[in-house]
Amino acid sequence: MAEKAEKSIIRLKSVTKIYKVGVESIHALDGIDLQLCENEYVAVMGPSGSGKSTLMNVLGCLDRASSGYYELDGQDTTKMSDAALARVRNERIGFVFQSFELLGRLSALKNVEMPLIYSRNGWWARRKRAKKALERVKLADRIKHKPNQLSGGEKQRVAIARALVCNPSILLADEPTGNLDSKTSEGILELFDQLHREGQTIIIVTHEEHVARHANRIIHMRDGQIYSDLPREQDPACKTTIRNDVQGDLP
Amino acid sequence: MKAVIRAPVVFFQLFYQSVYLALGQIWTNKTRSILTTIGIVIGVASITSVIAALTGLKANVLRDFESLGTNKIFIIPHRPREGRFKNASWRIIRFLPKQFEGLLERCPSIEDYTMMTDRSQSVQYGAHSIEGARVYGINPSWHRVENRSVVMGRPFTLIDEENGWQVCLINPNVRDELRLDYDCIGKRIVVGRRSFRIVGVVEKRVESSMFGGMGSSEEVFIPFPTAWKLWNPWIYVIASCRKPELSEEAQAELRFFLRQARRLEPGDPDTFRMEVVEEYLKTFNRMALAITAVAGGVVGISLLVGGVGIMNIMLVSVSERTREIGLRKAVGAKKSAILTQFLIEAIVLCFFGGLVGVGIGQLLTLAISGTTSVLEKMYIPAWAILLSFIFAGSVGIFFGMFPAIKAARLNPIEALRHE
Repeated sequence: MAEKAEKSIIRLKSVTKIYKVGVESIHALDGIDLQLCENEYVAVMGPSGSGKSTLMNVLGCLDRASSGYYELDGQDTTKMSDAALARVRNERIGFVFQSFELLGRLSALKNVEMPLIYSRNGWWARRKRAKKALERVKLADRIKHKPNQLSGGEKQRVAIARALVCNPSILLADEPTGNLDSKTSEGILELFDQLHREGQTIIIVTHEEHVARHANRIIHMRDGQIYSDLPREQDPACKTTIRNDVQGDLP
Repeated sequence: MKAVIRAPVVFFQLFYQSVYLALGQIWTNKTRSILTTIGIVIGVASITSVIAALTGLKANVLRDFESLGTNKIFIIPHRPREGRFKNASWRIIRFLPKQFEGLLERCPSIEDYTMMTDRSQSVQYGAHSIEGARVYGINPSWHRVENRSVVMGRPFTLIDEENGWQVCLINPNVRDELRLDYDCIGKRIVVGRRSFRIVGVVEKRVESSMFGGMGSSEEVFIPFPTAWKLWNPWIYVIASCRKPELSEEAQAELRFFLRQARRLEPGDPDTFRMEVVEEYLKTFNRMALAITAVAGGVVGISLLVGGVGIMNIMLVSVSERTREIGLRKAVGAKKSAILTQFLIEAIVLCFFGGLVGVGIGQLLTLAISGTTSVLEKMYIPAWAILLSFIFAGSVGIFFGMFPAIKAARLNPIEALRHE
């Protein structure tokens, strides 16, 4: 594992998440230790049921760990109240979802403005920041459009702008290209690359290797545990599929 | 310090945003919103129009009572429900003229009084006749008490009274009905089976819309002693006090005087009763209150039904927008923000119902006020509109609370996974 001398943003220590289904308890996360530094670009991979979504929810403060320690930006989140967690989500975390989750009756600008409603921003500041976020994703000419007037790629760009508008410490993307065709996907992934170059810390959950290949650190999960955590160059999956990634995208 | 100033600003923004979102939501689901708010609309429309009708009625009643005179006291024989006179014959209960001798000297608050009796009689002049004209026996002081003067000829004199002469005053309606000349003084008309000589014409009674039907508009007046001599009738007394403020005092004096004149012993209940216009007004107010209470009950049920409708639609709205709630929570909406949003949506829905309700109430008011003269003055007072909105808002808060709490408690992960 490549230890960097940079400031660490995320620190997880033996985090577990246990779901109770009837009398059975399922260990969705089983002792995760993880450290993430600023401006890292991480891909989390794994088959379904491996716990990557649960990890995502815990990292995004949507869910609490059953036990263990989770520090975000130097703050212990395990003992925070619901309201404080909501604030953390608002200020430090940007979510990008597979199915975009835009509100159909609001314009692109209003959709991007939405997280700012829940933080201390005046109307004018809100507008300005939302516009800036849309410029960052190259959609400055689409601010008045409603989601149904936008293409899939544009929708996901709006969603990314919404995630970025609060200047989050980490950008959490859950299968961001899952609903897009390969060409549009490439565009979105290039956007992620660009954001990464601009200094954004990104965590991306995916099961597609060509998506993971954009990240410079790849984590594989299995049965709620981290199975491998390597820089891209050393990841076996990337090495083997480097040549046939185009075929891999075909249905 | 900055945070202190900012907190209300942020709240206002949230509020404004919620109202905006709610209006958008209502606009998107127009039909649903209209159907949902019908209960509220009906409730508010009915309460405002009932209040408007009562307000109009009250304005009318007040005017009529004022025309009757607020300083008048009616004194009527009355058989008490208990005591010595419980089973007394009406012969004992009734008034006799001699019981009122010396009233003015003994009751300083009383300005004047007249003994009265009245009955329905046929009146005839030549070939023309009136069936059921009202014939009143009056004292000359009646003109002052009732504030109706003789416009032609003369009032009754002491001589008329002393001798019990068969003279009469008529009002212009009688003159017209009997086709008498304009100057009808000295003509003889037949009242009942007796002949009376017309000595004067009394000005018309101020017509009141409420009590227009209370007596015939054809009135004949004869001296009270004449009426007493001829009919040996039931009599009552109308007294006027010097000032309306003295009414209570005047009643006390009258009561003292009458108890003595009618030889009531201490402990005996009164064998007469007094009525003042104010009393009628109080009775009317009680009646109006009762009507308002009944209407309020009906409206309460309607608002309850409306509220359940609102709750139902809000629950639908919450489950339809589960993903949206999940998203909002994921981007940092606190429970309170979600709660506010849905609560405000319910309140806006109810206010919208209230607004339409007041509008329909106004239309109803206009429609009803056009139909009868009794209600021509009806209008919706400002406080009723305010009350309607307060009620509608409360219904919104009360019935919107449960769905809003449900929305606020949603787990964001499950909400985002919701189909």
